[in-house]
Amino acid sequence: MAPATPSSSAISLHDAVALSGRFPLLTGVDLEVADGESVLVEGPNGAGKTSLLRVCAGLVSLASGRVAVLGLDPVRRRAQLRRRVGLLSHASHLYDDLTVRENVRFAVRAAGAGTHRIDPACERMGLTGRLLKTPASKLSAGQRRRVALSVLVARWPELWMLDEPHAGLDASARTILDELIGEATAGGVTVLIASHESALVEPLVTRAVTVTGGRVTAERRTGASRAPLGRQAATASGPTPTEASGGPGGAPGAAPRVDGEVAHVA
Amino acid sequence: MWRDTLLVAGKDLRIEARSRVALSQVAPFGIVALVLFAFALGPDRALMATGAPGLFWVAVLFCTVQAVQRSVSVESADGARDGLRLSGLDPAGLFLGKTVAVAAQLVVLEALLAVGVVLLYGARIDVPWLIVVSCALGTVGLAATGTLYGALSAGLRVRETLLPFLLLPIVAPVLLAGTRIWQAAMAGGTPADGTQWLRLLVIFDAVYVALGIVVYGPIQETA
Amino acid sequence: MNPNQRVRSPLLQSARARWTVRIIGIAAVLSTAFTVWLGLWVTPPDQVQGDLVRLVYIHPGVAWVALYLAFGLAAAASLLYLWPRTRSLFWDRLAAAAVEVGVVFNVCTLISGSIWGKPAWGVWWAWDARLTSTAVLLVLFLGYMALRRVPAEPEVRARRSAFLALFAAVDIPIVHFSVLWWKTLHQGATVLNPDLSPTIHGSMAWTLLLSFVALTLVFVWMLVVRYRIGVLEDWLGSGELDAALRERQAEGVAPDPAGDGSEAAAGAPVPEGVR
Repeated sequence: MAPATPSSSAISLHDAVALSGRFPLLTGVDLEVADGESVLVEGPNGAGKTSLLRVCAGLVSLASGRVAVLGLDPVRRRAQLRRRVGLLSHASHLYDDLTVRENVRFAVRAAGAGTHRIDPACERMGLTGRLLKTPASKLSAGQRRRVALSVLVARWPELWMLDEPHAGLDASARTILDELIGEATAGGVTVLIASHESALVEPLVTRAVTVTGGRVTAERRTGASRAPLGRQAATASGPTPTEASGGPGGAPGAAPRVDGEVAHVA
Repeated sequence: MWRDTLLVAGKDLRIEARSRVALSQVAPFGIVALVLFAFALGPDRALMATGAPGLFWVAVLFCTVQAVQRSVSVESADGARDGLRLSGLDPAGLFLGKTVAVAAQLVVLEALLAVGVVLLYGARIDVPWLIVVSCALGTVGLAATGTLYGALSAGLRVRETLLPFLLLPIVAPVLLAGTRIWQAAMAGGTPADGTQWLRLLVIFDAVYVALGIVVYGPIQETA
Repeated sequence: MNPNQRVRSPLLQSARARWTVRIIGIAAVLSTAFTVWLGLWVTPPDQVQGDLVRLVYIHPGVAWVALYLAFGLAAAASLLYLWPRTRSLFWDRLAAAAVEVGVVFNVCTLISGSIWGKPAWGVWWAWDARLTSTAVLLVLFLGYMALRRVPAEPEVRARRSAFLALFAAVDIPIVHFSVLWWKTLHQGATVLNPDLSPTIHGSMAWTLLLSFVALTLVFVWMLVVRYRIGVLEDWLGSGELDAALRERQAEGVAPDPAGDGSEAAAGAPVPEGVR
């Protein structure tokens, strides 16, 4: 993977202040994310992680300060950015009356991406057979997450912004997610993950910034190398606490062996 | 823009096909309105036949409000509106797509109500093409303004009460024009009168469709 | 940080502005009083309508204010707000003030017209173009006010209201013309003459002119006062904003004797300068 060159930032925030009515979401954020970097945005609940991602996605405009995503203003230049940026938010943006496949198809086409990768993406996320024809209203929260993820996979944009991606997913889905992130970073995609489950995400990223009170208050390098996810990465940053991942069939015993290819986890 | 229009219209119509709200809830509501009007105007059939054009269009207006409310509420579940903004769909295409979808539903409802009016009120139509054209033009105007106002009030908790209040005065010209054209097209009317009103409808439609194309994007940002 | 330092509103603070407004207010009261005196006592009653004609010193005046001054101002200000180069919350507040005051004048128009109409034409209401447009305008104004009451950040509310005003501005001419056609094309309408302008000459003409001036002054004064209230409301909100910003920044900061939260607050800006 090409090392990030400082001059090409994927995301650049300078003293960003964002408001929702009278409530300050961000109170002056300074952040630079280089092309191809993977960054964890951590912090307690309500710190502003989600708002940070929404600002980068162009959903919230700044009251003051500057933001540039892939060199462009995310609010004004949304049309140009739409194919290149993907946001996985808390809500899945699904239409209850449409089936899974129709939802994915609409979302992918709306973002201007080709439809040829829809089926492989759905399969990858474990959405097959009858599930594809189920209306979205009948899905569980975890399944909705999977659908949203499959949209992301089908689009495969240059910049991924994931908001609490592990929330609501069962162990096998989490593993698939970790693989995906590993693949993406290996392939040069810039990944920004907001999560308060730092231990889960740390092995996947190269840097972690802490956000509290609407600002970036700390920064550190994490143990993960830029190599694809594997046992080496897991041991480098210490054993993953199992209570955080919440699944008995979870990480340590069934860590996927990856050598840069897609590993299929049963 | 046109590609996005088709995409959005297709999505909305597919949702309608699945959920059948317009067919199973709005249409009966329109019929009920026609029945209530009949009670209100009394058993004098001649009176009902004379009032039929106006009553038809009032019923159509009520159905428009319902259809628009539905069109807006589809987007408010699960943050779909955010999803639409994120996707970077051309706002003009989004506007046209939703307008087309609402218009399509309205056309079906109008056909149903027209049949109802003929049957229930004994209205006699002399010049059918005038009726059809007026309904087509009126529908476009209603759908366009409805979609615009729906966007303006989207995401507001008071939308259900606010939208009718905002929308109905604006579409008063459609009601006026539609009624006059229908009166001209009925037995005993002069068709020539009707064609003048068609011009008004065309102007109304042109203005609001153009306005929507230009303004829908910025409105989305306020949601 | 003292919120008072942040307010840059000439209309609130400059002494000359305050005096101007005060003078307008006094002029409004004086001219209205003068109009009343002239209208009720000095000018003669009409041959046909008798004393009823004295309503001409009220009705056309309020109608002019409501339909043209208030509405025109609200529409123009909304457009100026929407235009990126001239975007400023000043226009938004001006539009809102104009609409609110306009509602008052609109209601006065309808009531005074009604009072005039009953004895003169025999009906409380007539469906002609002007009356109907006035009524529709009233409803649109009320809709605008209803939309503004929905809680939202000032910029969002301003945009929403401005769009609504834009749609209304487009619609009113269409409504007016359609009702005009409606009446004229429809044979057999009762022959009402809404113009009903008695031949005005002499003292009546001057009084009429004075009434227009007086009512315009009243409108301007009410507009400025209402605008000020709008500024004060937003200003109050932005003061709270500074406090909120500081509080939020302090949220995650560990107890630190240096208290670095305040430095960040010093740099924290206030959105969209208050004018």
